[in-house]
Amino acid sequence: MKRTHPSFSRFKNYIRRPHIVISLILLAILLFIVLVPFARMIRDSFIWQFADTRLSRNALPGEFTLFHWKRVFSSALTQNILVRPLFNSLTTSLSVSACAMFIGSMLAWLVARTDIPFRKTIATVAVLPYVIPSYIHALAWINLFKNDRIGGAAGVFQYLTGIVPPDWLSYGYLPIVVTLSIHYFPFTFLLVSAALTSIDSRLEESGEILGASRTHILRRITFPLVLPALLSSFILTFSRVLGTFGTPYFLGTPVRYFTLSTQIYSNITNRIPSVGYILAFVLIAISSAVIYINQKMIGKSKSYVTIGGKGFRVTDTPLGRMQYPLLALIVLLFLASVVLPLVLIVWQTLALYPGDYSLRHLTLLFWIGEANTAFAEGEAGVLRNPAILGAAWNSIKLALSASALAGFLGIFIGYAVVKGRNTKLASMVEQMSFLPYLVPGIAFGALYLALFSHSFGPIPALYGTFFLVALVCVAKNLPFTGRAVITSMLQIGSELEEASETLGARWSMRFRKIILPLSIQGAISGFVLVFITVMRELSLIILLVTPQTRTLTTMTFRYQEQGYTQFSSAISVMIIVIVIFGELFSKKLGKKGSI
Amino acid sequence: MAADIIEVKNLTKVFGNVVAVDNVTFSIAEKDFLILLGPSGCGKTTILRMIAGLEIPTQGEIYLKDRLVFSSSKGVFVPARQREVGLVFQSYALWPHMTVFENIAFGLKVKREGSEVIRKKVDDILAYMQLEGMKDRYPQEMSGGQQQRVALARMLVSHPDILLMDEPLSNLDAKLRLEMRAEIKNIHSQIGATTVYVTHDQVEGQTMASNIAVINKGIIEQLAPPKTIYNRPANLFVADFIGSPAINLMEGRTSSEGDDGRVCFKTGEFTLVTAYRNIQPGREVVAAIRPESISIVKEESANTIPGEVRTILPSGPETVLRVRHANLVFSLLLTQEVNLSPGQKIHLYLPAENILVFDKQTGNLLPL
Ligand SMILES: Nc1ncnc2c1ncn2[C@@H]1O[C@H](COP(=O)(O)OP(=O)(O)OP(=O)(O)O)[C@@H](O)[C@H]1O
Ligand SMILES: [Mg+2]
Repeated sequence: MKRTHPSFSRFKNYIRRPHIVISLILLAILLFIVLVPFARMIRDSFIWQFADTRLSRNALPGEFTLFHWKRVFSSALTQNILVRPLFNSLTTSLSVSACAMFIGSMLAWLVARTDIPFRKTIATVAVLPYVIPSYIHALAWINLFKNDRIGGAAGVFQYLTGIVPPDWLSYGYLPIVVTLSIHYFPFTFLLVSAALTSIDSRLEESGEILGASRTHILRRITFPLVLPALLSSFILTFSRVLGTFGTPYFLGTPVRYFTLSTQIYSNITNRIPSVGYILAFVLIAISSAVIYINQKMIGKSKSYVTIGGKGFRVTDTPLGRMQYPLLALIVLLFLASVVLPLVLIVWQTLALYPGDYSLRHLTLLFWIGEANTAFAEGEAGVLRNPAILGAAWNSIKLALSASALAGFLGIFIGYAVVKGRNTKLASMVEQMSFLPYLVPGIAFGALYLALFSHSFGPIPALYGTFFLVALVCVAKNLPFTGRAVITSMLQIGSELEEASETLGARWSMRFRKIILPLSIQGAISGFVLVFITVMRELSLIILLVTPQTRTLTTMTFRYQEQGYTQFSSAISVMIIVIVIFGELFSKKLGKKGSI
Repeated sequence: MAADIIEVKNLTKVFGNVVAVDNVTFSIAEKDFLILLGPSGCGKTTILRMIAGLEIPTQGEIYLKDRLVFSSSKGVFVPARQREVGLVFQSYALWPHMTVFENIAFGLKVKREGSEVIRKKVDDILAYMQLEGMKDRYPQEMSGGQQQRVALARMLVSHPDILLMDEPLSNLDAKLRLEMRAEIKNIHSQIGATTVYVTHDQVEGQTMASNIAVINKGIIEQLAPPKTIYNRPANLFVADFIGSPAINLMEGRTSSEGDDGRVCFKTGEFTLVTAYRNIQPGREVVAAIRPESISIVKEESANTIPGEVRTILPSGPETVLRVRHANLVFSLLLTQEVNLSPGQKIHLYLPAENILVFDKQTGNLLPL
């Protein structure tokens, strides 16, 4: 036997274990797609850019400067660049989280704990608003309440009633809060329903046996038990709304109501990227703080939640005379959050002239019309328009490749994390893969723009390539697939792999025969989630797409920006159809895949 | 050197700041059946996993069939798949996505055996395990006992020379456990593989082992045949851990009052003659006696203690009696009919030759 130095052989033995090798490779990948962009963005914020020569005579492109930081934090522009958008971001996010939490939790309670009719149906339907991309609610709102004062044609409301809606109803704070609340309440609904059904209902029953009144039980027993779910839904909604770009852009920008996300966008498109980057930091800082607080609070309060699961169902609280009024309210909510937006969007696609909703002038021109110079500057209807079909193909390609890659990486992340549990290396992989979650979509796009608009080491400038758009989607969604696989792998436990190891199987065989088949379920659910998310993605990729790589969502955005509301609405309908098909297909896949 | 199949030297495993296994040394001869016995969390599973190659020890050496498979000082680590050791997990670890047949055939496929050979071998082992007709089932569709047998079959089909089993019976009900115990013993005597078997059930230890290692907090307290462990436990931990009801313990001092040089054991209340001759008087000791060694007598005499019956717990052919004397409560295990009632005054006879004496400070058994 050849003798080597023991500590070297020890190192070799350490390295030779497959999950260590995988962890190291993953760390390298994560470093590249998560940390490096971050570092690059910090660096760029301290450096004069070429475009800055327009803003300052002292600009020396490539040299160090505090110019951008000063511009954001202490200059005459601070009020406009930072303070007001920050205030708007915080007020809209807080209002949306509060409204969404109220609607979602009331609905959850009605479905889980009362005798309201059609509970199953309500539970299914309640999730729909979340499936519809959030900016579609914004577009529908515009179609409904737009006035002709800001420019462009008036909406349905003005058309039908003749009353010109005031600006505060058409644009700004109120519509943003309403549309986003409608979009995000299903999130609270899902979390609180899950909590309500998993709480050991014996806790509530024992209260009842002791003679406590129903309101007393609700207040003193049920409420504290679902509090963690409420808190996290509040906070998760908050941080998502904070990073949302589409809705505040459509509903805020026309009246110069800026939020941090739209301010980032406009700074970057106005070629002051460094300022955009700094604002992105502010956004990242707020949402990291919020998520950190969430984890602290959940960590503490979770300890007294009894998740027993198998308790008997509590007898439902009878609603008495309130039963039907409440049901009517729910139907109204459903109409407002799902039916009305869809009807408005579809109707819009059929209107020959913007603002003219009369049945006489309904047309399929914008769907199947040939290119005709009389309309829409000679663009053909969406179903025969090569640019839009190309974008549809791009969207599908992007969603498929990003979700496949994210699912694939997720399997390795799950394996490395579960197998190396309690080691520093594994927790590093876990934390790094979770990082993108902290970064709001628009800010993450800004990170990638900062890194890949120049060539970087051996890597060419990737800006403008499909690969870059796919990469940003993969990176941003890794937390979801990683989580999904980690959860399913934790349930499986590591002994199943070890059993095959003691029978002499090499790692490649263990992976193919044991690890992959057992974790594919988790990977598939992550895959589906990512597919749907990417299909609707706007905030993340809006800064990165170019005419060659544009997707349906960014096309909607462009058409809307240029006032071609029929086109933007028609494309939105296409997105919804594809998302719903994806969802249905995944249900089938899920059934087949289950063992 | 005798054919030691497994040799473990100074094995230590530290998790963070928990010392799970602490400088353990032992060896197992060919065809031996060693049981690792100890309370929960004492490091049994960890030892087994280190032998199998699933856990990397912090320190020490392991030889399997005279081949060095791990050495911290020489930097040797042979991974599990190259050790040819059969392991049955406490959870069975059957693959839920494979049928019984596929589960058992896996190890043979790894060895690239022909499909005819595999079919024959799997069928044989299924017949041996009385699992015919179940080969197309999935593990979730079987009872605990059947799953257990599949797990055994999966390990046995590739004929490893070393078998490791981690509490394989702990998930079974009492009756099934009894049956499977006999079956495992039977398998061991038929194939004669060297076996290490982990349990915290001491009855299992007593009935199956050729040797028992009693483990406590990562340390082997005693490694000996079951009889020795029971009759001459090396220290108070072993004495107390082995046997049910637990051994009776009394604190006191030695004195030299006994006839022909025999040492006496004294408490404030009573004096007992022991079979010991080599303990200097006045030493602080703990005397112990097994419940079944105490008998009830009518008359007061040498080595008797007066007592009052507290509780009577009949269980089948045996009766457990608790008798109080001052602030001591003695357990008795009686096999004959008992005609006593609580509160009754009786005399206990503690035969000198059944009394064990331990040093109070170290807890170790003193030499006779
Ligand atoms: N992967 C691990 N990380 C950290 N500590 C561990 C790990 N595995 C075991 N331990 C600790 O090492 C000690 C010994 O554990 P081990 O599983 O070997 O006990 P055991 O004797 O098999 O117990 P049981 O009878 O309950 O199965 C315990 O204190 C345990 O908490
Ligand atoms: Mg164990």
